[in-house]
Amino acid sequence: MTDAKSEILGRIRASLWDSPQPAEPVRTYRRVSDKGQEEIIEILVDRLIDYKANVYHETAETIAGRIDELLAKASRYVVPAGLDAAWLPEDTASRSAVTDSGNADKPGALSVRELDAVDAVVTSSTVSCAETGTIALNSNPAEGRRAITLVPDHHICVVPVETIVELIPETVARLDIEKPITWISGPSATSDIELIRVEGVHGPRTLDVIILK
Amino acid sequence: MRVALFSTCIVDAMYPKVAAATVSVLERLGHEVVFPQGQTCCSQMHVNSGYFDDAYPVVKTHVKAFSEWDFDVAVAPSGSCVASLGHQQPMIAERAGDTATATAAADLAARTFELSQFLIDICGITDAAEQLGSYFPEKVTFHASCHGMRLLRLGTRQEDLVRTVGGLEYTQIEDQDQCCGFGGTFSFKNADTSGAMVADKVQHIEETGASVCTGGDVSCLMNIGGALSRKESPVQTVHFAEILASTKENPLKVSGPVSVTAGGK
Amino acid sequence: MTATALGMPQVRHGVGNIFEHEPFPEYAKRELKNEQLRANLGFATHKIRTKRDAVTSELPDWQDLRTAGSMIKQQVMANLDTYLEEFERNFTAKGGHVHWARDAHEANEIALKLIQAEGVTEVNKIKSMATAETGLNEYLEEFGIHAIETDLAEEIVQLGDNDRPSHILVPAIHRNRTEIRDIFRRKIEGVNPNLSDDPAELAEASRFRLREKFLTNKVAISGVNFGIADTGTMTIVESEGNGRMCLTLPDTLITFMGVEKLLPTVQDLEVFTQLLPRSSTGERMNPYTSMWTGVTPGDGPQNLHVILMDNGRTAVLADQVGRQALNCIRCSACMNVCPVYERAGGHAYGSTYPGPIGAILSPQLGGIENEHNATLPFASSLCGACYDACPVKINIPDVLVHLRGKAVDAEKAQGEFAGGKKDPHYQMDAIMFGAKKLFSSGKLMGLATKGLPVSKLVTGKKHKISKLPGLVGGWTDYRDIPEPPSTSFRNQWKKERGAAPKRVGGSRVDVAALMEANKTKVAEAHAKAEAANPIIKEAQ
Repeated sequence: MTDAKSEILGRIRASLWDSPQPAEPVRTYRRVSDKGQEEIIEILVDRLIDYKANVYHETAETIAGRIDELLAKASRYVVPAGLDAAWLPEDTASRSAVTDSGNADKPGALSVRELDAVDAVVTSSTVSCAETGTIALNSNPAEGRRAITLVPDHHICVVPVETIVELIPETVARLDIEKPITWISGPSATSDIELIRVEGVHGPRTLDVIILK
Repeated sequence: MRVALFSTCIVDAMYPKVAAATVSVLERLGHEVVFPQGQTCCSQMHVNSGYFDDAYPVVKTHVKAFSEWDFDVAVAPSGSCVASLGHQQPMIAERAGDTATATAAADLAARTFELSQFLIDICGITDAAEQLGSYFPEKVTFHASCHGMRLLRLGTRQEDLVRTVGGLEYTQIEDQDQCCGFGGTFSFKNADTSGAMVADKVQHIEETGASVCTGGDVSCLMNIGGALSRKESPVQTVHFAEILASTKENPLKVSGPVSVTAGGK
Repeated sequence: MTATALGMPQVRHGVGNIFEHEPFPEYAKRELKNEQLRANLGFATHKIRTKRDAVTSELPDWQDLRTAGSMIKQQVMANLDTYLEEFERNFTAKGGHVHWARDAHEANEIALKLIQAEGVTEVNKIKSMATAETGLNEYLEEFGIHAIETDLAEEIVQLGDNDRPSHILVPAIHRNRTEIRDIFRRKIEGVNPNLSDDPAELAEASRFRLREKFLTNKVAISGVNFGIADTGTMTIVESEGNGRMCLTLPDTLITFMGVEKLLPTVQDLEVFTQLLPRSSTGERMNPYTSMWTGVTPGDGPQNLHVILMDNGRTAVLADQVGRQALNCIRCSACMNVCPVYERAGGHAYGSTYPGPIGAILSPQLGGIENEHNATLPFASSLCGACYDACPVKINIPDVLVHLRGKAVDAEKAQGEFAGGKKDPHYQMDAIMFGAKKLFSSGKLMGLATKGLPVSKLVTGKKHKISKLPGLVGGWTDYRDIPEPPSTSFRNQWKKERGAAPKRVGGSRVDVAALMEANKTKVAEAHAKAEAANPIIKEAQ
């Protein structure tokens, strides 16, 4: 008796008895945007709001103030080790940032229980697709490992304007596939009950997006 | 033009008035109409029921019947049967190893047009009242038959011609693009599902308040009309060729006696 | 060239939940009587149809994406052996383990051993069609391992006694909010006894129930949406975050993957991540998409397993017409637009795969001659709405007709009908035989239709037929047949105008030139229709 692998591959080869020769795929869909940056940002904002994400426009000067305001109710929040410290408000008596080292097996990483106990997470992002309202995290130092943007209930995500593209092909082209990738399009949601979209199930129920100029 | 009428089997046997109406419209435009007597059926009933072997002689009969005649185009008052010619006949002939018939069937299919296609795309008709003298003072709704819509890609051709008929008041049904539940032998092999589909269709038709439901395939209209009749609905079904053929001088009468039914199910 | 001429390979069908257990018409008949189900399905399918229409029509290149998607999948199937080996190489090189399963049973066995090796009795699960196909949950339960469904709809189905999924995307589409509230009140320990039927509150109850499971269970089971051959990358799309929980927090992840789920390159994701969510939930993008390439130290499961499963897929691949069913990306658009699915519901299809795609997939995976799979290809009016909606352009109506041919051949091969002359198959054969004879000769049609006036005897004073016997009686269960005319068109024509010559010679009109000259007329006719009779929708 042959092993499963050889048997399955043998079956496949036998099933392709007619040696089908389909044509090379044609990629006539849009691969490069023909829109200007301002218009692309407008589209992104429109899509994000449609998904019930909150959107803010900030600059290097105003971002810390905005994050301060968004963290109003938080006491502890987590940030990845590579996040630009200048974006963050000063710790106060009632609120402090906790830095995650980025590797669960090494010191300085929060356990899942600890992550479950923090109130929020602040990260940057790698690339955002305006047409679909999608923000891509690619495990870069300012984004951290996957668990930190998943377990806390509130995600404040910074989208630098230069990372915004219009189309999905432009988005995919900017990704490093060797590192874990998470695409986020609005807060966690379900449509499983009568196809009514409800924001907030297991992932973060609040998504604040800061578009940083 | 010399136009060969492909009546389709169901029109021939059950709705000769639809073929007559088609002839009347074609002749009004000055075309010569001929009827290849050897014709029978497009073979769709066999093919769609999975009886491919039995479909083959039917395909051969159709191809032979039309090849015996000289004509410019063939025209049929059916989207479904016309679609079947190009879509299924060559496949059935190929399957039987008869390449000559397959080629001939494809050629014939390329020269066969559904009525609204012929009127608009070949004759350039865009206004039934003005160019055909069509007149039908009724409130009408329209069922878009699936095969015309999705296999022939007729778009709104049939509906548009109906809407330009003189005196006609038009109203569109909800879920216009949903199947009426006919589906050939599906209608009795899956009778209950088909019955549920036509019940919804009939309900939407009645909601429009139309006195007439028209369409481009008598098979669907027979299904819809049969369900309306069972419900004792006053709404009548007529083929759109009959509406186009109707004129002020010679109007189509639809408000005939509504027969009394012995209660069905 | 036919398959037999070349020596069609002997195919191995799959096992598991890929069978219709009773004739579709009978199952459907029962389901149609369930008014609540009809209402739930009608509401849900209409809603999702509208959403899908909106997000597919807003893209100027939707048809280009469909074309690309279809062509990419055709490439995958034509080179499936090569891509699978390439995927295995890359997945393994990046720290993953690849297992091969000939059928559903073997796949379940592999998963069981892997779970037992971790020494756990409870695992978390992401909604997966592949594990529904293999019946994994029930199998694991026999060995004392409890699989927790974490997708909300699957959770509703799992908590609802003896319930099973009825839709690929929305497995609990047959349940409305009140039914779900009642299930949650009954089954979720510690839930608010006054839980309302507000979907947001119901989702909150699910979060409450599953949070602890996510934080503690060490093994998760998933399916996969796309596996990338040239990198070994896996992709899962989801909405709720339960997927991310299962893909990120456990130590061990076991992924079931049908052998057909591959894409050649990462670039292909740019096509499929557009096609899938818009076709599926009718969203521009689903809330979460996860992609991972092997093991990442310190981030996510360190034990990654994938089980590559055949279970009848190679049998589908052997059929030239039917193999396009393998291109399916499980979006469920076909069932959302299907008028038969909308009325009969997903359970009526028996198999894990309902709707139009199920009607062509189950008979091919499990064999058309097995159980009542042969009734599935007939569960369609061939309206074609599924083909138009399919993001990878699977010509479902063509495959349905092709499989009907196989069903008839299989049934003929069985010989005598058990039911004798009352057997519907016998009656169908008789109808088709008679029609073939009739339609093989125009002369015979002419003679036969001379008998039309006789049929008036049947219609009687009602001028219609309200009851037919046998198989065709299905027609008159719901409709009348009009009174036949007194003469057929052919006989009338022959009598009145039979003298036209067949051959007249001369040159023929250039039809193509006429069509070219009239190419603006379709738009013109539509504009005139709009002007003459604007659409006024009533009673909506």
